[in-house]
Amino acid sequence: MKLTNYLTLFAVLFAIVGSACTQSNNNNGALGGSAAEKVYVAPGEQDEFYAFLSGGYSGNLTVYGLPSGRLLKEIPVFSQFPTSGYGYSEETQPLLNTSHGFIPWDDLHHPDISQTNGELDGRWIFANGNNTPRIARISLETFETQEIIEIPNSAGNHSSSFITENTEYVVAGTRFSVPVPQRDMSIDEYKSNFKGAVSFVEVNEETGHMDLSFQIMMPGFNYDLGHPGRGESHGWFFFTTYNTEEANTLLEVNASQNDKDFIAAINWKKAEEYIAQGKFTTMKTEYAHNVYDESTHTGTSTMKKEVRVLDPTELPGLVYFLPTPKSPHGVDVDPSGEYIVGAGKLSASLTVHSFSNMMEAIETENFEGEAYGIPILNYENIVAGVVESAGLGPLHTEFDGRGNAYTTFFISSEVVKWELGSWEVIDRKPTYYSVGHLMIPGGNSRKPFGKYVVAMNKITKDRYLPTGPEMEHSAQLYDISGEKMELLLDFPTHGEPHYAAGAPAELIAPRSKKFYELEENNHPYAVKSESETRVERDGKTVHVYMTTIRSHFAPDNIEGIKVGDVVYFHITNLEQDFDVPHGVAMIGANTSELLIMPGQTKTFRWDPDRVGVWPFYCTDFCSALHQEMQGYVRVSPANSNIGLSWSLDGE
Amino acid sequence: MIASSLLILGLFIFPMWNILLKAPQYPDGIGMDIWINKIVGTNPNDIQNINLMNHYVGMDPIPTEMAEFVVFPWVIGIMSAIGLGIGLIRKRKLFLVWFVIMSVLGGIGLYDFYSWEYKYGHNLNPRAPIKVPGQSYQPPVFGYKKILNFEAYSYPSTGAYFLFTGMFGSVVAYFVDKKEEEDDEA
Ligand SMILES: [Cu+2]
Repeated sequence: MKLTNYLTLFAVLFAIVGSACTQSNNNNGALGGSAAEKVYVAPGEQDEFYAFLSGGYSGNLTVYGLPSGRLLKEIPVFSQFPTSGYGYSEETQPLLNTSHGFIPWDDLHHPDISQTNGELDGRWIFANGNNTPRIARISLETFETQEIIEIPNSAGNHSSSFITENTEYVVAGTRFSVPVPQRDMSIDEYKSNFKGAVSFVEVNEETGHMDLSFQIMMPGFNYDLGHPGRGESHGWFFFTTYNTEEANTLLEVNASQNDKDFIAAINWKKAEEYIAQGKFTTMKTEYAHNVYDESTHTGTSTMKKEVRVLDPTELPGLVYFLPTPKSPHGVDVDPSGEYIVGAGKLSASLTVHSFSNMMEAIETENFEGEAYGIPILNYENIVAGVVESAGLGPLHTEFDGRGNAYTTFFISSEVVKWELGSWEVIDRKPTYYSVGHLMIPGGNSRKPFGKYVVAMNKITKDRYLPTGPEMEHSAQLYDISGEKMELLLDFPTHGEPHYAAGAPAELIAPRSKKFYELEENNHPYAVKSESETRVERDGKTVHVYMTTIRSHFAPDNIEGIKVGDVVYFHITNLEQDFDVPHGVAMIGANTSELLIMPGQTKTFRWDPDRVGVWPFYCTDFCSALHQEMQGYVRVSPANSNIGLSWSLDGE
Repeated sequence: MIASSLLILGLFIFPMWNILLKAPQYPDGIGMDIWINKIVGTNPNDIQNINLMNHYVGMDPIPTEMAEFVVFPWVIGIMSAIGLGIGLIRKRKLFLVWFVIMSVLGGIGLYDFYSWEYKYGHNLNPRAPIKVPGQSYQPPVFGYKKILNFEAYSYPSTGAYFLFTGMFGSVVAYFVDKKEEEDDEA
């Protein structure tokens, strides 16, 4: 080519590139500011934020990308999950063990991401089980549940699983007060006899392992939600209460009589001092502590036998009550730690207490009374302001880090933006319909990422194509970067999201694990190569040491199994590549399939109940030869003398 | 010339060639780094994953032992020692001789690389699950080639650049030395 030809080529190329640029600029101009463009994450592109939505009665946690609203994953936590075999595999069944035995379900409410210095650190996410009180810790490297601890002396673990600003503790407050210890007594004797345990579960800084440090045995109110102090108020934890009437029947009426209930302010640094001074009683109880070991790929369940208990009626300075109108639901502390926002759910206003006022009232002992020996502060002295007539039925508040707060109103079905300090309402936008909680990524921390708010609604009605009587709940995404909020997107959510936690993608994505190192697999039944695969009999129990790799099982022909045997298939996935799981399912096995990640070992149990030759196969379309990934097990009569044999390709 | 002899030892510190494979299933690519004495994955498990892909079409696994892995290090070691020797005695004409021998050896090396690739890509197990009539899987010696769903890129790596620089350096050394001598005479 001559020089002139080159020049011409360059000129043409430049023209094409240049015009393409101009075109896309024009497009930006035409679509600028449109909701569609703001939530559009082009094919191949990734979202800006992770959002972890509680699944409520699904028992699980769902992971969404924001702003697209795309569902990225469902993480099984408290419920058995056949998609992965969680809670079915021999390794994960211990995670769902409790003092009541194996419980395959719970009601997951309030996810909270671990923090350091009050800022999201993206290491773990905690979530509470409401029904049979439990707290789970989920790794944000593997997106797997790693630990579940049961909470004793508790019932309806609702004001949970909120963490302190260095993840020192994850807390659990009981929604249903109960006799402690549990005993046979008349329900009518509820008042002053039932107790509301508030638990502080210590989190190991390195491993994340949870340990129930102590419980504070509070009066028999209903403890609803909680929020840690931060900054100046670090060391305090705030819990909303309702049913300070201590009613035990028809609560909708009987627990709505007091004009004010309380926010309980608990000084947990003080609690630590009392513990150090030995001013606790050790109570016999029983609760399960279940830990999943990533190196053995196996969970174990240990039954704990006692707990340290602090009595706030005997220990001065441990707890104070902040009178707050109308059965408050949410209690939310602003990023500075000064303002404590109480959402009286039967009221039209929001009450904001001041932490410094509270401390002054405590110092000057400005009390308006006491309840069971716990001082009640004077409302007039502690209140910082009231957001008047903000809406109906306030539930929950988060913050944008620019001095604004966003509160959900269930009854008037809206999100209201208001300003801290002036207590003025700035904007309001309807939700569809009846919003519960909302979430701003980092919006409950010192450092919110105030770009979007997600509103999680309880009622769906006509928002989507009808799907019979039951509809998935709906979430709405709003842009909050401007003065006014802007509705961007509707997306359906799974189960019932009670709350959510969000974080910037760059905090979590880079550390997401791609596969498990086979070399680091310490599962007692793991095999690291096909040459180690085998079948062993121990009486009526048979252990199959099996491997998977594209596209076969090893071994894939097994003979010598007998009716009445208990057969454990221990399957190690030898793959060492991102996103290459293999699955396994056995005809007639009374369990789910298993999905085995590269480098991982999982086990299922099969009780062959009849003579024959029975196939098993890979359930995950792993490769071009996936349909060929299968095997046979010959089952002979119980009295047969056929010995064990196994093979792959005749060898 | 002494620098040249040392530079070619870079082959012991860096891989000399890289073959990168991209496919829809491998957006980031998987690859092999060819060293003077081994072939390793560009990422920790790439060799296993390349072998896994290749077994479907009946290719042999990437060798962990080859005669070349033993011979090449000796050849380079000896050539480096010789280069060092002639550098020290400063026999200028030998610089060029060294360069020519290195070029011939390099040529032989490249031919050897090609013939291994040929065998690697053509010697297919007749029982392979996937057979594409007339298809071979030989990666390119240099440049780009489309092989079924894979796009293969084959380029020299750091070690090779050390080698080239070293070889070229011997020629430069020849002329510099010559010029210095002429200047001295003048
Ligand atoms: Cu498979």
